[in-house]
Amino acid sequence: MGLEAKLTRDGFITTTIDSVIAWARKSSVWPMPMGISCCAIELIASADPKYDIARFGSEVMRFTPRQCDLMIVAGTVTYKMAQVVRRIYDQMPEPKWVIAMGACTSTGGMYRSYNVVQGIDQFLPVDVYVAGCPPRPENLINAIMTIQQKIAKTKARDYQDKPLLVNTEN
Amino acid sequence: MEFEKLVINKIKSKFENSIEDISNFRGDLSITISKDKIVELAKFLKEDEELHFETCIDVTAIDWATRKNRFTVVYHVYSYKNNFTLRLKANIDGEPPQIETVSNVWRSANWYERETYDMYGIIFVNHPDLRRMYMPEGFEYHPLRKDFPLLGIPGSLPLPDKVE
Repeated sequence: MGLEAKLTRDGFITTTIDSVIAWARKSSVWPMPMGISCCAIELIASADPKYDIARFGSEVMRFTPRQCDLMIVAGTVTYKMAQVVRRIYDQMPEPKWVIAMGACTSTGGMYRSYNVVQGIDQFLPVDVYVAGCPPRPENLINAIMTIQQKIAKTKARDYQDKPLLVNTEN
Repeated sequence: MEFEKLVINKIKSKFENSIEDISNFRGDLSITISKDKIVELAKFLKEDEELHFETCIDVTAIDWATRKNRFTVVYHVYSYKNNFTLRLKANIDGEPPQIETVSNVWRSANWYERETYDMYGIIFVNHPDLRRMYMPEGFEYHPLRKDFPLLGIPGSLPLPDKVE
């Protein structure tokens, strides 16, 4: 199935540190459930036994950003909430990734209005956008798999010069 | 309806010169009164021995944009004892438009008036804590006014800096 298939009879594998670290990282992406509105319900559904993101190593929803490496922004981000989302993002240690889940988060969606940010990519580096209003859990799982493919290509030294936490004073 | 007539008669006998309009649309009684009598009327409705309008359900406003008295402040009050909802209206003008607060009569009006101030910029005189309700502090506009653009005024609401 997984690693066992690669084992030789003597129990050795030959690989690089980079790929081992990337494999470990992509197999344990811990999400920060930034559930702001109705998309959060589908986010919860994707963690339940029917859809079960535990199969992809992402079942550990942490309610503290300090233990997360994937922020799933699920819901309508207003200008007031944008400050909070950014503050929580800043508290996540590097390396970190962002999923913009749903139409509101990606583009403002149906809220073409003075108080809703028309896409969180105005202030966050979004890795994957998920279409839908709200997206089905399969769609979110697809996004997590896309993130995993992205993580698999990273090298450990990509992050060695980055500070673990950015300054969150402001 | 019996009680409706009672309400109208009682208000008419006490505020005869201040009533601007009495209308009934599909069973909803509305009374328009001049703005300087609103607190007096509120006290009367609440404390009268038969009426018992003890609850203020909502305070909001209407922006008529081009009308002479630009704003109408609308109050919904309810009498549990008589199971009756009454709508009060007051037309106001001026910049900023001002009206006396009813939050000293109905405590629940406190936040409704804050919301109305936030959205329409109507000053409720003598309100104990007239701060914005929804929009951030320091925001300069009132979004539900007709001259406020739907997509807002660019730069009026701060966004966090972009992450590099």
